[in-house]
Amino acid sequence: MTISPTDLQPPSLQSRSGGIQVLGYWNLRGITQLPTEARAALRTAAENSFDQPWDLSGIATLDSAGAYLLWSAWGHRLPANLQLKPEHQSAFRRWQQRPLPQVPTGERARPPLIVSAVEGIEQLGDHLLDLLRLLGQMILDLGHLARYPRDTPWKEISATIHETGGRALGITALVGFLIGVVVSYLSSLQLQTLGAQIYIINILGLSIIRELGPLLAAILVAGRSGSAMTARIGVMRVTQELDAIAAMGISPSLRLILPKILALIVALPLLVVWTDVIALIGGAVSANMELGIGYHQFFSKLPSAVPVSNLLIGLLKGVVFGLFIALVACHFGLRIQPNTESLGDETTNSVVVAITLVILIDAVFAILFRGVGIE
Amino acid sequence: MSETPVIRVERVWTRFGDKLVHRDISLQLLRGEILGIVGASGCGKTVLMREMIGLQTPSEGEVALLGQVLAQADARTQQQLRNRCGVLFQGGALFSALTVYDNIAFPLRELRTLDEAMIERLVAMKLAMVGLEPASAALLPSELSGGMVKRAALARSLIMEPEVLFLDEPTSGLDPVLSEEFVNLLRELHQELGFTIVMVTHDLDTLGDLCTQVAVLADQQLVSMGTLEDAIRCEHPYAREFFHGHRARRVLAVS
Repeated sequence: MTISPTDLQPPSLQSRSGGIQVLGYWNLRGITQLPTEARAALRTAAENSFDQPWDLSGIATLDSAGAYLLWSAWGHRLPANLQLKPEHQSAFRRWQQRPLPQVPTGERARPPLIVSAVEGIEQLGDHLLDLLRLLGQMILDLGHLARYPRDTPWKEISATIHETGGRALGITALVGFLIGVVVSYLSSLQLQTLGAQIYIINILGLSIIRELGPLLAAILVAGRSGSAMTARIGVMRVTQELDAIAAMGISPSLRLILPKILALIVALPLLVVWTDVIALIGGAVSANMELGIGYHQFFSKLPSAVPVSNLLIGLLKGVVFGLFIALVACHFGLRIQPNTESLGDETTNSVVVAITLVILIDAVFAILFRGVGIE
Repeated sequence: MSETPVIRVERVWTRFGDKLVHRDISLQLLRGEILGIVGASGCGKTVLMREMIGLQTPSEGEVALLGQVLAQADARTQQQLRNRCGVLFQGGALFSALTVYDNIAFPLRELRTLDEAMIERLVAMKLAMVGLEPASAALLPSELSGGMVKRAALARSLIMEPEVLFLDEPTSGLDPVLSEEFVNLLRELHQELGFTIVMVTHDLDTLGDLCTQVAVLADQQLVSMGTLEDAIRCEHPYAREFFHGHRARRVLAVS
């Protein structure tokens, strides 16, 4: 016999002269149809008429949930006068026989604030130490490559350059162009009030080549490739692919981490140049429309308005940003634990830390090179 | 009146693109039976089971679960049908972000009508049934050993008191001792709770010890459906190799 779910009869009690009759489907699905008041009513009925005869032979099905409801209503004992179908006895026996200990629900106590603060500092130290270790490993790997150039992972490097650089051309161009247009438009409004329209070339050239280009490219790459690197290394760690590579006698750091770092060191400065060019074009378009400065004038005056050292600073920034984005991405990838939450957390951390670090390094550059390239 | 089968698979064809997986498969399973599905790797055993659960729809033919044709059931009926089934996935598929306790309590909490005290008792009961220590309830799945993962996953699939239990490779990844323990556990639970079991397995021991019905899949077809003896008598080359290979003879002779 199969019960279709529609004709499920909710569990019920009926008081008769000869005692209490229990009817219906006393299983999880039946119980869930029982409102809370009905359960409270069951409890009082069970307490009040515990000594009366109980007739449970009208029950259609009984599972351990249904049995528990009756059993707990009776106060964890069976009534003396109980009629029961033989096949339903085991459900009660399960609750009778096993003294079930309280199970811990797994809620872990939160440590006091001072402890978590100390732990936080310790963790920060851990991160810095691990990053340093990764950097050291990279230098060792480079030393190894200097001695055995045949081991250089050219294929991986070029694939990563394509992945992080080539495929980012579209998005960096779009963002660069729009930022160029916006900066140019805002500056031209201000310059018009001063009557100093021609300085738009200086402002755009300096801000884009020195600051905005490298920063935009780095932030886009950190969000785009940094997260991908973290997730990729993390999943490879979880699925033991890193162990498999190591077991074949191939260094995972040489084959997986070094190529990513080297590739980003190469790809990011190139992306910076690309973003600079597109952003300057965007700026020139806007300047042409707002202030009537011709394209020829804009680009021929650019070299004299912006010292070449600014371009070099921008490129150097690209190299350093690339190094740190890849380092941070690999570092967090190696920390991923085999569960879904950790994968999400570490990928988020990777992107947040990479972008924050990029901005911090940018500030350091601003201090270090404060006398260079600006008259 | 003949009994309604718990599972009825009728003239099922399955195709993935050009690849034909099942060709005209029909079978029925009565209440309380234990069906073992065997077949070569990649012959569509798990796919057939997913079609029985309703996770996948066959290209042709129909599958009825507990008397309801899955393809015709509306969302609510399907939901109710799934509540009456328990599934043990091959890797356990425990939610890695939740503790064992929360994993097992999850389906109960979804009902939204039970109070926490009752949920706690029911979880405690299921933990005891599958032989897990209460202390392991507080652990995360990543902190469990392989055998414990299987047990915790079994407890989760049993928590809704299912009428049908689907097991995908229940003993894979367990050592022989653990795997025998697990088979014994399944047998005891089957006797106690009286559910119907469908399992995909490669393990001859499990098949011989547990299954009352054996379905052999080969060449996209069901080449044998019946008792283990029927399967052993089957003349299909794959079945002969499976049941009469050197290892098989040794295992079956002992049991």
